[in-house]
Amino acid sequence: MRFSGLRVLREGLTGNKGWAPHWRDAEPKAEYDAIIIGGGGHGLSTAYYLAKEHGLTNIAVLEKGYLGGGNVGRNTTIVRANYFLQGNSEFYSHSLKLWEGLEEDLNYNVMHSQRGLINLFHSDGQRDAFARRGNAMINQGDDAVLLDREGVRKHLPYLDFDNVRFPVYGGLLHPRGGTARHDAVAWGYARGASDRGVDLIQQCEVTGIDIENGQVRGVQTTRGPIRAKKVGIVVAGRSGQVAAMAGMRLPIESHVLQAFVTEGLKPCIDHVVSFGMGHFYISQSDKGGLVFGGDLDFYASYASRGNLPMAEHVMEAGMTLMPMIGKAKVLRSWGGIMDMTPDGSPIIDKTDTKGLFIDCGWCYGGFKAVPGSGFSFAHLMATGNHHAPAAKYRLDRFRTGVGLMDEEGTGSQHNLH
Amino acid sequence: MRLDCPICGNRDRREFYYQGDAVMLARPAVDAGAVAWDRYLHLRGNPAGQTRDLWQHEAGCGAWLVVTRDTVTHAVSAVELASDVKGAMA
Repeated sequence: MRFSGLRVLREGLTGNKGWAPHWRDAEPKAEYDAIIIGGGGHGLSTAYYLAKEHGLTNIAVLEKGYLGGGNVGRNTTIVRANYFLQGNSEFYSHSLKLWEGLEEDLNYNVMHSQRGLINLFHSDGQRDAFARRGNAMINQGDDAVLLDREGVRKHLPYLDFDNVRFPVYGGLLHPRGGTARHDAVAWGYARGASDRGVDLIQQCEVTGIDIENGQVRGVQTTRGPIRAKKVGIVVAGRSGQVAAMAGMRLPIESHVLQAFVTEGLKPCIDHVVSFGMGHFYISQSDKGGLVFGGDLDFYASYASRGNLPMAEHVMEAGMTLMPMIGKAKVLRSWGGIMDMTPDGSPIIDKTDTKGLFIDCGWCYGGFKAVPGSGFSFAHLMATGNHHAPAAKYRLDRFRTGVGLMDEEGTGSQHNLH
Repeated sequence: MRLDCPICGNRDRREFYYQGDAVMLARPAVDAGAVAWDRYLHLRGNPAGQTRDLWQHEAGCGAWLVVTRDTVTHAVSAVELASDVKGAMA
């Protein structure tokens, strides 16, 4: 089934009776060429690119809940490529290019909106840091514009520019940054993978990983054993538990990150905006809700809910930056489980077990990486070689100390990112 | 979340600094090698359930604490002085 304007028109005139499910709800087979554990954004995009780029179609995605029910369904939907360090820079640049062709590629409306992202700065030192970051982005081939105070005012007239403690000095504009409809990204990849023959198996929890003589043989699941010579672990916050089934300990601690959404309002915030002096970033969804988030609660947690101190900090930061949102009522808040690495950068690598691969450690930035991560992980699983844009995401960098990517410059330590 | 400091009593989470897994109480020898140091600094069991982690009562008595809590429910079951725990380990 292809989506098109004509199709929408025809269905509209004939009672919408011709729409079919977007993907097959498959039953597990006894054996596959490859298994992806985890039916979130990264797992589904990995399956899609394995099928599309590498012709591997006898594969299965195993999901313990429902497709797209994890972090891809509960993030703040921001898409950007404004990284600074080599390793991250080329990866996110590649991912953004995939985003820009994604809707045509998938024949699916993921509502990718390049509305521009503005990171504000509030001191001379921050201006220098953002000017440097902007140059790094331009050198990578992406776009960045350093705005002064009046330049920011043209875009964001509603900010409290003269705040006594944190006056706005300017901002770094990333015009190609923006947002996308998070659920649609998971659904679009699921549909694309399913159409190419990938089995998407829901309500199927992996309970064990079978390894013989250092080679992976398959997995045990709540719906029976499934054999495969290649297995990819793509389970975000649950990486520690699944890796333990293969006898691994990961450099990952799972933390809670909260986000908030208000009631629907008329359009008032046209960009993605981040505050430079507190943890607060915001955009407005197409339904009108203001979607905003802050920093981690900063303790290991699987609770999918946070505590009040961070909620209070986020609200204070929002009110400091843009007092106009003070009358909007917060509708919901929620927490996601973030797979935090010591240096704040991800891992796409082989493991010591032959045929077992892992894609994890996306910290609080996994959504924008969905296309790039799937593309690079599929490349690694299919060819056995690292894909160039993700070649620095090595698992052993923590042990050797070589190639750490500490984007924030705070140190490679678990409680600092 | 509130923690029951053995010295100061029941206090708000904001008074405490979170360090991470209590595996950090067992510091390897300087020449223990990269594998042991990697295990100490980076590798984590990261359990969904009971965990023991190190907190410091930064805005109170300054004591380092070993907190036993559940990462799924946030329920705190024990708070001990890290010096006592280390003493028992020695």
